[in-house]
Amino acid sequence: MIEFIADKYNFWIAIVLMMIGFYAIIAKHNLVKKVIGLNIFQTSVFLFYISISKVNGGTAPIIWHPEEHAKVVYDNPLPHVLILTAIVVSVSVTAVALGIIVKLYKNYGSIEDDEIKIRELKEPELDSK
Amino acid sequence: MIDFFTAHAPVLAIVFFIFGALTAPVLGKINNSLSYYCALITTALSFVLSVYLLVSVYNNGPLEYFLGGWKPPYGIEYRADILNSFILSVVSFVSLLSIIYGYGSIKAEIHEKRRPAFYSVYLLFIGGMMGILITNDIFNMYVFLEITSLAGYALIAMGRTRYSYMASFNYLILGSIGATFFLIGIGYLYMQTGTLNLTDLAQRLQGHFDTNVVLVAIAFIIVGLMLKMAVFPLHFWLPDAYTYSPSVISAAMAGTSTKVAAYLLIRLMYTIFGIQAGFSGINFSGIIIVISSITILAGSIIAISQTDLKRMLAFSSIGQIGYVLIGTAMVNKYAFAGGLLHILNHAMMKTALFMVAGGFFYKLTSTKINNLKGMGRQMPFTSTMFLILSLSMVGIPLTVGFISKWYIVLGAAQSGNWIVVPVILLSSLLTAVYFGRVINTLFFKESEPSGAENLPVKMPYSMIGSTAVLVFLCVFFGVFAYLPAEISLKAAESIIGAMPWK
Repeated sequence: MIEFIADKYNFWIAIVLMMIGFYAIIAKHNLVKKVIGLNIFQTSVFLFYISISKVNGGTAPIIWHPEEHAKVVYDNPLPHVLILTAIVVSVSVTAVALGIIVKLYKNYGSIEDDEIKIRELKEPELDSK
Repeated sequence: MIDFFTAHAPVLAIVFFIFGALTAPVLGKINNSLSYYCALITTALSFVLSVYLLVSVYNNGPLEYFLGGWKPPYGIEYRADILNSFILSVVSFVSLLSIIYGYGSIKAEIHEKRRPAFYSVYLLFIGGMMGILITNDIFNMYVFLEITSLAGYALIAMGRTRYSYMASFNYLILGSIGATFFLIGIGYLYMQTGTLNLTDLAQRLQGHFDTNVVLVAIAFIIVGLMLKMAVFPLHFWLPDAYTYSPSVISAAMAGTSTKVAAYLLIRLMYTIFGIQAGFSGINFSGIIIVISSITILAGSIIAISQTDLKRMLAFSSIGQIGYVLIGTAMVNKYAFAGGLLHILNHAMMKTALFMVAGGFFYKLTSTKINNLKGMGRQMPFTSTMFLILSLSMVGIPLTVGFISKWYIVLGAAQSGNWIVVPVILLSSLLTAVYFGRVINTLFFKESEPSGAENLPVKMPYSMIGSTAVLVFLCVFFGVFAYLPAEISLKAAESIIGAMPWK
């Protein structure tokens, strides 16, 4: 049992991180905390991708000296490339989210989503742009 | 020159948009209206290109394009078959008409300084969807899905009310969760097969459908995509997003974005998962039929209680996406063709309805149903268009709404899914209820003097014209349904017949 857990520890960490991120997205009212939760959630998927690309005894897929290192085992480079793209996507999502939060703060003076809903109900349809 | 365009047609469908999105803000520095014409020309060119692709694929069979000359298992493949080139034409047509419509409404709703950026993001939004449709590489689909979504968040945030930002933020959170689920699913599929090309995946997955890895992958992908297409219990982002965005964006989004997610699900269900096989003892077709039945009924029922016209149309959209899903989930040629036809028909109807709602907004600066009293007399032409579109949504014969429902019911009867028939009839009835309420307000209620009714605001010709084109097509394709029905039947045959493990 212990071996089963220890053997696949990186997948367990990915699952735990994912649940932490999911909890933050669902339970927190502060919008910045929600964005941080989203980041943790996405990072867990990056960890998962990196884990599946690991080859036993493999090293980083970089060619140094082809004649000396002819028998070197490399990790699978493709998931690394894929996740690089996904990281860029995640950074853009965070940037857009933070931009929206700045605008929300300017319009409502708050970044708590329950607070924003209450203010919207009190004084709706204010054209403040 | 023409040779160059025809040889590289699949990739040009996206390159146009990326080029246009980069050019529009630069042209906006010189003259603000130049960036509008840039967006117009780009969407028009891509519409011509997608119609060319559709005709070519219809006559000569699927078109393959290898990026950089790398063959499929290693390189990225773009592939146009009759299914995706049909939806490609629908998407580019809706985006073209929306940008023509926008000539009038953008001037009223978006500040002059923001317009070049708006056109740039709009082009990215449409270009991302074209990318999802045409690529045959599953990771490429994820990247384009995120491009579309990111552009979509920005477009929604450009709405006139300050709550637009909150709507956009909620969509961002839920959309990112959906896309991340899709990404996890791709990871599991890659773990099992070591390939990302759809055709290759389909071959290598055979015989591995019983493994837990593939089952988990399917679960993640289906839930993620259902979040993106706003199937009933996962729909919470959609009503706010459609209600608080600018009129052009509600129109373009209602016609395109959820349908592209539906295409993605259909493509994966049929090409790699093999929905009709019902593997591991799980009846996927049955599960999706039940989910979409609930979606159809719930969307219609919630729409009845709405007080805002745009919000009502948004809930109606949730119900209508259920038709697409239910038609394509019953593994039957006619039902599949009905679902595909509903992508075209609903894109025309709902885009036109949101355009009409934008017209009311232009006049009244409000879309509350109570404020529409007596508008039938003040805006007779727009209100009549609304009436025709409502009849089409209900599914009265001689309109497009009837054609797709007819095919879905026909397919349900053929494949023995009798539960679908009462669901569709009941939903038509509910649709009649909530559109009837608006029509009653428009034509039969005395207008209360609120000061707005005598404003000398005239809707610009670009807004009326583009709506009228869609309304005309709704009736035209309802009477002469031969052409779209033929294309979607052929697409259904090619998708359902092409199953190697059937």
